[in-house]
Parts: sequence; C-alpha cells; structure tokens
Amino acid sequence: MPRSKTPPAVSQNEADHPTSPVQHFAADESLLLDSGASLGPWQIAYQTYGTLNADKSNAILICHALTGDQHVASENPVTGKTGWWTSMVGPGKSFDTDRFFIICANVLGGCMGTSGPANHDPLTGKAYAVDFPVVTIRDIVGAQARLVDRLGIDTLFCVAGGSMGGMQVLQWAATFPERVFAAMPLATGAKHSAQNIAFHEVGRQAVMADPDWRAGHYLAEGTRPEKGLAVARMAAHITYLSEPALHRKFGRKLQDRAAPTFSFDADFEIESYLRYQGRSFVERFDANSYLYLTRAMDYFDLADDFGGSLAAAFKGTKTRFCVASFTSDWLFPTSDSRAIVHALNAAGASVSFVEIETDKGHDAFLLNEPVLFATSRGFIDSAARARGLKEQGS
Amino acid sequence: MTEPVNHTAAAARVDLLLVAEMIERGARVLDVGCGDGILLDLLIRTREVDGRGIELSQAGVNGCVTKGLSVVQGDADTDLADYPDDGFDYVILSQTLQATRRPREVIEHLLRIGRRAIVSFPNFGHWRIRSQIAFQGRMPVTKNLSYAWYNTPNIHFCTIADFVALTDEMDATIEKAVALDRNGQPMRMTLPWAVWNLFGEQAVFMLRRGS
Repeated sequence: MPRSKTPPAVSQNEADHPTSPVQHFAADESLLLDSGASLGPWQIAYQTYGTLNADKSNAILICHALTGDQHVASENPVTGKTGWWTSMVGPGKSFDTDRFFIICANVLGGCMGTSGPANHDPLTGKAYAVDFPVVTIRDIVGAQARLVDRLGIDTLFCVAGGSMGGMQVLQWAATFPERVFAAMPLATGAKHSAQNIAFHEVGRQAVMADPDWRAGHYLAEGTRPEKGLAVARMAAHITYLSEPALHRKFGRKLQDRAAPTFSFDADFEIESYLRYQGRSFVERFDANSYLYLTRAMDYFDLADDFGGSLAAAFKGTKTRFCVASFTSDWLFPTSDSRAIVHALNAAGASVSFVEIETDKGHDAFLLNEPVLFATSRGFIDSAARARGLKEQGS
Repeated sequence: MTEPVNHTAAAARVDLLLVAEMIERGARVLDVGCGDGILLDLLIRTREVDGRGIELSQAGVNGCVTKGLSVVQGDADTDLADYPDDGFDYVILSQTLQATRRPREVIEHLLRIGRRAIVSFPNFGHWRIRSQIAFQGRMPVTKNLSYAWYNTPNIHFCTIADFVALTDEMDATIEKAVALDRNGQPMRMTLPWAVWNLFGEQAVFMLRRGS
C-alpha cells in the first residue's frame, strides 16, 4: 500500500531525547567496544517499575529482544500500545512489580534513547548513521552494567529475557557471574546459527537495496528506506511464527474477497498480514538500528570467548538458571537451549530447563503461555526465598 | 548420619524415606529420574540439600520447576556424560534403573559423578515374580510392576543377587543395603542375600567406587 510523503520518524526524536529516564555518560566515561572503537559521550535510556528495597537486593533486569525497547510494562511513546511483556511483568505477575524493582534499558545500537545509529553524535551534532561503531551483545551488556552501577545496584536478583534478550542474559551470567543471582534465558541460544545469520542477511540486504537507504545516510538526506525495512520485517516475522500457527490463523484464506484477483495484490490473508507487519514496523524502528542489532546477534558466540567451551563460560558460577524453549520455535530450537543446559550441567551450575509445548513458534515467549508463567513463577519464588527476599506483603 | 526423617508428604513411600535417611544434611544431591520431584522436595525440606534433578518426562520437569526445584529435561542413558566427576555428594537413581537402556553404564556414571550412588529398584527375584514365571508361565505383573510385557517401560529388570554381582564386577563397594518386604518394611539386616532376594520386593543400595 503506497504511503503519503514520509513524516519525520517519531523514533528519531526518541533516539536523542527519549520520553523515558536516560543516563548520560561523559567523554571520559566512554565505552570501549569489542570492535576496538571507543564510544563517548554516550547515553542509555531505561524504564523502571516497582521499588528498589533498602538493601538493593530485589532488582530484576529485563533484556529486550531485537526490535523491543525499554517500555516493558507501560505505554510505548511511539506506538501508544501497552508494553511488550505485560504478560510477565506487572503486579502479581512472574516479575511482580509489587515485589521487585524491574529495570529495562534500550540496547546499545537501538533507536529508543540509548546511543545508536539514529542518534546525533553529541560532539559533531551530525547523525551517526553507519558511522556508529558496530556493537556486540557483550557491548550491549557492558552498557547495561554501567547503568546498573549508576543505579547503585551491585547484584541483580535476576536477569531475564527472550531471543536476543536471552543472549544478553547468558552474556551477563558469563561476564558478571557474581552480579547475577538468577538468570532466565528464554527461547535463545549461546550462538547464532548459520540459518539465523542467513535470515538476517536477507533482511539487511533488503534495507540496503532500498534506494532511500542512501548508503546509510538517509537521516541526513531526509529519506527513509521504508520499503526495504518493511521487507526485512516481513521475512523476519515469518521466522517468529510456525507453520502450524500460520495454518491455524490464516490457512489459504483470501483477504476481503471471494476469489483471487489474478494480480499481485494481497489476495491472501497472510500477505495482507505480513504487509501490515512491515508497515507498522517502519513507523517505530530505525533501519540502521536494524542492521546493527541483527549484526550483534550474528556475532554472538559465547563459547568462542571461552576457548570454544561453553561450559567454561559458566565455570564455578553460583547463578541459578532457568532455561526455557518452545517446541515449535525453529529460530532458536530446543536443541539450542539443550546445549546451554548441557554446558551448565558440565559447569556444575544450578539449572532448570523446560520445553514448552506450543504451536506459536519463537514469539511464544511474548505470548500467553500458562506453562511459562507457572515455571517462571516457581523459579522466581524459589530464587527469592534463597535470596532471603520477603514474601509479598510481609 | 542416619537421623530419622520427618514423615510428611512422602510418608507412603518408605523407599524414599530410606533414601532420605542415608543422606547427610546440606549435601549436594542429583536425583536421576526425579519424576514429579517428591524425593527432591523431601530432601530439600528435611535434609537441606542442594538438590538437582533430571527427568525424562516433560510433564514431570514442568511440575518440578513450578515447585521451584532445579530440574532439567534429560535422559539418564545419554545426558549423564555431561556431568563432571565428583560434582555431587550423592547421585540417586530411584526406581529408574530398570527403565534404562544401558544400566551398567548408568551406574558407572553415578559412581563417577557422585561420591556415593544410591540406587533403588524393584527386585525381580521376589518369590511372587518367580512363581508367576515358574507356575503360570507368564511374564509377571504385580501391584508395583503393573505393566504387561508389551507396554512396559521397564526393559532391564534385575534381582538383588544380580545387582550385587554387578557391583562386584564393577569394583564398587556396597556401603549400605536395605530390602523392603511386601509391606514396604525394611527386612532384618542379618538375613543372608538369598533371603532378601526371595522376600524383598524392593532394594535400596548405597555404593561408592573402588573397594
């Protein structure tokens, strides 16, 4: 569907001046990145829910996925929609905001207020665009650690997240084992598979093939590679679902018509749905951020940082882990979670692992999955007892 | 070391209480084939152990994790190899040995992973079982072993005498052994193996590697 002339990207305003709280770091507090580049001054935008207790022992860091943001459980300032994980975060939920202090930060390289390609370089006043340094999952976690320091929190009660968020959870546990009491990596893997890199490359090529991408400098040139980014999102969205779920929801149903039109219009419901997904995504996301964050995921291989042994990444860890996968997730299949569990067992770590039966695919971790709620609640409650955190209301 | 255990939820399962009484307080314990976590839960509550579990059935695992137990979905036949030597004080195989594909290798792993291995199993040498084969000529079906030959998950039954012979062969030392009679009551310690083998319905052994 053709769109009228591009309005200024809302997310671009959020990038420099987010609606949520933001911490600024000066040039002498720069981040040294895996690429060798140094980033500073820089900023990190975040949301918090609940109250930090007196001894600062009840903080939970939620790590968001590729296209998520810090607005876990409150209205998103760009879309006006409710937070992306209200099924898990809120009063009485597994991550109970009446009991815990929940933190979620926009990832480094993102476009919702933490430094990324959509930001303007505070030193030059120019948009970073593709001059922003390439970041890794470890860089993202390093930035989060600086935020946690600023908030005066030494040990996080729990670090949790799904997909790319799960990668951050694993990185946290490996890099800062003494700062993570409990960890919940969901629907994730300790490395990105060749197939996943392949899908990401399709998405990046779609963005870069859009003439409006302008070799990455579309912000300066006043264009937006919307078509390319929409195609990238459409392809990616298929990988978040499953064949049975697509069949259940759409089958071969036609969209508002009784018969095929013998054209390339969106005859099928699934086509119309994907086009909608692509369109709504470009309204809230920066195309270069998409390139950077998919790259960060592609580079992730935790074992590689530890001489090829994933178990070595968790050697001697006291962190208690709860790993969960979903039967119909083909982006991060159960075998990926099992590899994490094997490594944790080899490291003698405390680990729980559930595989949850669902046809909802990779996105199941974001959706209504009662078994996920029950297991995460059981895990969090027992970890809270071990941590000596009071029951709610006592 | 053999303090009595509070009889609570698991009261009906004498074999579980026996296992619990064999375990030192605060020990690191791995329960292989932990089912719905009843033994792990008992050990954590009454023995304050650092307990972990492996369970094949996903329903069992999900139930355990919901209760706050550290349990992973896994298979005793394939997944024990991941665990490091001496990772636990005790590794328990409760009523699971007969369902493994390679029982000897499983026991070798138990002895490698734990300083002590505790194995409980139904005794196929019990006189009722012997008599069903001897006099009816049919594969035994009993109250505790209620499966027919064609649908049983129990593929490697042994008798108490068989198990003792295997521990000899594997150069493992039997530190403790208890047989339970028909009523689930421990039999007198002084009775010879042959009597246990005939009248014990279940057996619980505590082993360590080496002689």
